[in-house]
Amino acid sequence: MTDYSQTLIDLGYILASILFIVGIKMLGRPEQARRGNLLSALGMLIAIVAVLFECCLDYTWVITGLAIGSLIGLIAARTVKMTSMPQMVALLNGFGGIASFLVGWENYHSQPDSTLFVRVAVLLAVLIGGVAFSGSLVAYGKLAGKISGRPILIGGHRWLTIGILAALLICSALLIYFPPGPLLYVVFVLFMVLSLALGVFGVIPIGGADMPVVIALLNSYSGLAACAAGFIILNNVLIVAGSLVGASGLILTGIMCKAMNRSLGNVLFSGFKAASRTAATTTVQGEPKPITAEDAYYILEAARSVVFVPGYGMAVAQAQHAVRELGEILENNGAEVRYAIHPVAGRMPGHMNVLLAEANVLYEQLAEMDDVNPIMETVDVCIVIGANDVVNPAAREIESSPIYGMPVINADKARTVLILKRSMAPGFAGVDNPLFVKENSRMLFGDAKATVQQLVAQFKES
Amino acid sequence: MSIGLLIFVFVLAIFLGVELISKVPSQLHTPLMSGTNAISGITIVGALTATGSGADLLATLLGTAAIIFATINVVGGYLVTNRMLAMFKLRGKEKK
Repeated sequence: MTDYSQTLIDLGYILASILFIVGIKMLGRPEQARRGNLLSALGMLIAIVAVLFECCLDYTWVITGLAIGSLIGLIAARTVKMTSMPQMVALLNGFGGIASFLVGWENYHSQPDSTLFVRVAVLLAVLIGGVAFSGSLVAYGKLAGKISGRPILIGGHRWLTIGILAALLICSALLIYFPPGPLLYVVFVLFMVLSLALGVFGVIPIGGADMPVVIALLNSYSGLAACAAGFIILNNVLIVAGSLVGASGLILTGIMCKAMNRSLGNVLFSGFKAASRTAATTTVQGEPKPITAEDAYYILEAARSVVFVPGYGMAVAQAQHAVRELGEILENNGAEVRYAIHPVAGRMPGHMNVLLAEANVLYEQLAEMDDVNPIMETVDVCIVIGANDVVNPAAREIESSPIYGMPVINADKARTVLILKRSMAPGFAGVDNPLFVKENSRMLFGDAKATVQQLVAQFKES
Repeated sequence: MSIGLLIFVFVLAIFLGVELISKVPSQLHTPLMSGTNAISGITIVGALTATGSGADLLATLLGTAAIIFATINVVGGYLVTNRMLAMFKLRGKEKK
């Protein structure tokens, strides 16, 4: 391979890096986001073409791998339902992690006696990639309902995690300081198993409502794992792209944590669940006021401004299309309709936006929490659909509440609050919600989709 | 390539990433996440070069498996993101 062609390859990598940077920047702006994504895809294509000209690739395997991966990716992306998007993102993220993990393993397997720097990079790629992979799989299981979304705590969980961390440290010390050999390969395998275990035990105790934080964090990890893989093969394009993803994932994690008024440490190692159980029961007095769909119809019929507050319950009931239909009917009836979306509503960052966009809700009708709260007093009816903690006034009013201080949508300040809910069970955080018993609150019990469809039917009959 | 230079690039890229995405409207959180997720499939470059070292069959298989996973990540990630953003785009233009 001549220097000349190596320079061309490097130029390809630089071009790819630039396209990633511009692409990510555009992804943050609504009107440019789609083009940004295409630009970053173009960057990826250029990087892949460039690497194909690198020395000594085994093209049989390269083509096999690319073909199989493309086919699976294509089918998965085409067939996945929008409601399954959180678990899809989790799964894809896990695949990125395991790829970096395997790159690390392959490198250790083929060149165990590489420099100290590369060996450290291999350990980092395996550790971070492994955690991203197994953590994402657990998150996938929780989001897809294959394992319980409730926090699962095993006895002595904390000690187990600390034990795994300690064992990882010992293994990495051995792997770094001693020359490679058959015995050390065993240590390396142990290191890989422990990395995967860390991801499982790290995510399994985290509840479904905290999933937006976890998904954003795992997203960041898979980027950092790619970055570590870049240090293994000494390639700048991996380092640039990986650290961009790492940084963006961390920022998103920060946004999610802020929206819950909790620190990252609190989400990851929280005694949140346990604490909320003890504090919650005493504070809420009063009876919820259930009404029928017909009563609700009369309330809505007279309303001039309506705000929908969707939550995870809307996603579960797949009620977004029915909700959009009701929204349109209300608009035709002369009401101003908006959708107020809390940053952590649902199970991944921006979950509700994706669902409502799928149902063709207009972009202009989506309002962020900070925009809708100041005008809440002027709203006639606020319809809460399968949301709970994100509209809980206890976050403002009750200092002993575990969610005190969390920014919430002030649904209770609307003239009337209609709450669509399966039952009186508390929300995911296990915190009682005083909103349900407020003077201006009315409960509509039942499946969210069925209830909304009843309301639509009421409007159509009249 | 010198190690110092790689670390230099790493630190600068982290800072750049933080600067790029300091404020993102919430409707773009999911596409941003899945779009950047697709970018993390850049590890495919590492996977592709890994097939070249070819110490033995296991090494080749590990490299190939890495290619498959990374390709799913890349192809699936970009397509899914594009699908979502296409939905977002529809609005605004259609009505109004």
